Amino acid sequence: MTDIATNTPELAAGTAVKGRSLWATALMRLRRNKAAMVSLLILILYIFAGISGPMLSPHHYATVYPEYVRVPASLEAYPRAEEIIPQAESVLTRTRLQIDAIEVNGNTLHVEASSEREIDPRMTRYLERSDIFSNVRIVETSGDSRSVVMEADVERLRFLFGTDANGRDLLARILVSIRISLMIGALATGVALIIGVAWGATAGFLGGRVDNVMMRVVDVLYALPFTFFAILLVVFFGRNVVLMFVAVGAVEWLDMARIVRGQTISLRRREFVQAAEALGVSSGGILRRHIIPNTLGPVIIYMTLLIPKVILLESFLSFLGLGVQEPLTSLGVLISEGARNMRSAPYMLIYPSIALTLLLFSLNFLGDGLRDALDPRDR
Amino acid sequence: MSAERIFDIRNLHVTFDTPDGRINAVRGVDMHVNAGETVAVVGESGSGKSQVMMAAMGLLASNGRAEGAVSYRGQELIGLPKNRLNRIRGAKITMIFQEPMTSLDPLYTIERQISEPIMVHGGLSPSAARRKALELLKLVHIPDPERRLKSYPHELSGGQRQRVMIAMALANDPDLLIADEPTTALDVTIQAEILRLLAELQKKLGMAILFITHDLGIVEAFADRVYVMQSGEVVEEGTTRQIFTRPAKDYTKMLLAAEPEGSKPPVQDDSPVLLDAKGVSVTFTAGGGFLSRSAFELKAVQDVTLSLRAGQTIGIVGESGSGKSTLGRAILQLLPSDGRVVYQSVPIQGLDRAGMRPYRKNLQMVFQDPYGSLSPRMTVGEIVTEGLLVHEPQLSARERDEAAIKALKEVGLDPIARNRFPHEFSGGQRQRIAIARAVILKPTVIVLDEPTSALDRSIQKQIINLLRQIQKSYGLSYIFISHDLAVVRALADYTIVMRTGRVVEEGPTEEVFRTPKSDYTRALMQAAFNLKEVLSRQAVAPA
Repeated sequence: MTDIATNTPELAAGTAVKGRSLWATALMRLRRNKAAMVSLLILILYIFAGISGPMLSPHHYATVYPEYVRVPASLEAYPRAEEIIPQAESVLTRTRLQIDAIEVNGNTLHVEASSEREIDPRMTRYLERSDIFSNVRIVETSGDSRSVVMEADVERLRFLFGTDANGRDLLARILVSIRISLMIGALATGVALIIGVAWGATAGFLGGRVDNVMMRVVDVLYALPFTFFAILLVVFFGRNVVLMFVAVGAVEWLDMARIVRGQTISLRRREFVQAAEALGVSSGGILRRHIIPNTLGPVIIYMTLLIPKVILLESFLSFLGLGVQEPLTSLGVLISEGARNMRSAPYMLIYPSIALTLLLFSLNFLGDGLRDALDPRDR
Repeated sequence: MSAERIFDIRNLHVTFDTPDGRINAVRGVDMHVNAGETVAVVGESGSGKSQVMMAAMGLLASNGRAEGAVSYRGQELIGLPKNRLNRIRGAKITMIFQEPMTSLDPLYTIERQISEPIMVHGGLSPSAARRKALELLKLVHIPDPERRLKSYPHELSGGQRQRVMIAMALANDPDLLIADEPTTALDVTIQAEILRLLAELQKKLGMAILFITHDLGIVEAFADRVYVMQSGEVVEEGTTRQIFTRPAKDYTKMLLAAEPEGSKPPVQDDSPVLLDAKGVSVTFTAGGGFLSRSAFELKAVQDVTLSLRAGQTIGIVGESGSGKSTLGRAILQLLPSDGRVVYQSVPIQGLDRAGMRPYRKNLQMVFQDPYGSLSPRMTVGEIVTEGLLVHEPQLSARERDEAAIKALKEVGLDPIARNRFPHEFSGGQRQRIAIARAVILKPTVIVLDEPTSALDRSIQKQIINLLRQIQKSYGLSYIFISHDLAVVRALADYTIVMRTGRVVEEGPTEEVFRTPKSDYTRALMQAAFNLKEVLSRQAVAPA
């Protein structure tokens, strides 16, 4: 008789084995899916960038650099070396000094100047007035005060992704917009998840008239035009980003409720649910312990598809002026700004677009990977 | 026999690549079939008997690989390109499967299902194909064949669907018919009819039949030669007579000895009545929605009365659709029903979920499907102790864990199992877990709904022994629902035979089995215990 003896050598050995749950199996299968794993990695990088990126970035996302409006993306620092000397010369002409030597050494400007008359040390103010020089100091003065050696710090800034039409660093803005977009995605999806799962599972499990009424409510909400709904919410609650996206989540739960309800109806007829009923488990207990854990597979897959949907929705709302407000920004806003400046500054469109595309791709690939990993037909 | 060897499998290996590594499902199997003979392949589930045929026919799952040689009349089949394989597969070698519903396309009429392959393979005109289809349906004895041509698969019963499948398999005059558990999903009387049909067709058309089954009763009545398979290898082969009278290998002996045996003595007449059900009826209504006023009513159980005494086992026997499972659920108030059910002089009929809760502890149920009745996302420990959460909420997690250890030991499982998940266990082990879940509450009555039907015979026997032992140590009463007469005979001391929702016959088990009074019971007994006689009688006088 083979029944007891077979199956598990570990059992016979008596070692404490931890069961391999369905999730562990799914994770194992996911690990073999390269696209999904790369996506997961990218997603983790995005989350890291969203959380700590704006703190690490050298520029604040709201700082305006008026002299660097729409400078193209470059690895070189601004101002460029060949621009500093003409700038310094033009400023120094106003001091009426004779410039003997002028050179840029890293972040310092080195000027040797002389004059017929005694030089007033206050003339350094002329240099200070320019935006690019700071901390001008006289290093050496000749005995007769007719020639000086001056040094000034040059503030050289790097804009890896260039700056926008207001002279703000695009990299910092993309980092903060990733934060906003991810936050919105997580927030709205979380709200949709909680309402949708609770609503769908209750409707599907109770069935009959309750189910009918609950799903008709869903149908009515479906019929509401979304834009109209969003505008109404803005009218009532004002422009509050968090509230706005709680509201988006409150609209997006409809699909989730339908998915969960369908799952629940098929689960309710399964024998393990009947077995729980025969044990006398209450409806709440059955929902909590039996129905909801078993619907989680499709729910998680739908979630990974809902996040990009919400991110796109946010772009749309922001485009209409209903979403996030300046100086905060989101990927959608950046892209719409980029589209306006496409001819003069294509990098303003390219970088945010790449950021969004990469995010959406990785979410979708991860969703596909999870779907394949959790699909019981493959077992 | 000096007949020509038409189908020859030599040293066949089948491997599957899975995430857990490579699985060798078939390990070096040699088999052959001669023209016109009936060969049976027997083995328990997981012995690789079906995979041999799948590999031979090029039907393996995508992660499977076959190595070795399979030849049909000298033509090598493995590695043959699909278009050439199709000239043999489906024409000279045909297959019928276990589940006739899923083998037929629900969107096409029977006529189209049968005639399309004939038109494609045989190049017949539509009208000729139709004539041929009709002829085939007559050949497999489908009543009213002209009308059936226009039917869809869901309008046919299980037995009729299997007949259609056989008709399709016969369409191109095959040399060899491979039947993979063709009667497992059918009731015993239908099974006997299908087997009779196959035997008759074989006589008429002279094809060979390769019959895959786990049921030794069928093999004995039906086959000329037998291959016994165990874990991917042929352990024994020989003529049916030889295997059944002088089995050489222990495994074969174990299979032969696995028929349920023993019986249960009746309880004393003065033992108290625990559960008394009078005039139980269950009616399902379908349709009758918002707009259509007329609802369709199905009387699943009509006016059934039974009383269960302490320590008694009542066996409820019937074919599918007889309402036996519905009756079991109605008694436990899991379905809305009419009538009067009294548990220990408390009427429990019509109590709602909360009202029933105090009695649920004493009235437990074990379900048929060991794969479906355990929640896949819970550990065995959580499953087994769930009832304690409801009925003894004062217990701490530690005490619950101790109770789980005790219950698992009682059903013969290693307590380490409680950290694992149900999908890691075999069917028999899962059924033990389900029994542990019921026993942990120390109930007085357990309704067992076909607890052994999805299991192999040898595992069945273990479960039967386990149920006996638990009954003895706790003085439990069982209501045992089954279509399997042999199991009921071994376990029950009182038997109720049901048909279409009504009781046909009832009485002490010995009496019912020895001297069945109704024709229906007699037909059931014949099909279950005397298959050979049923088949031979029909072969003499074909219908």
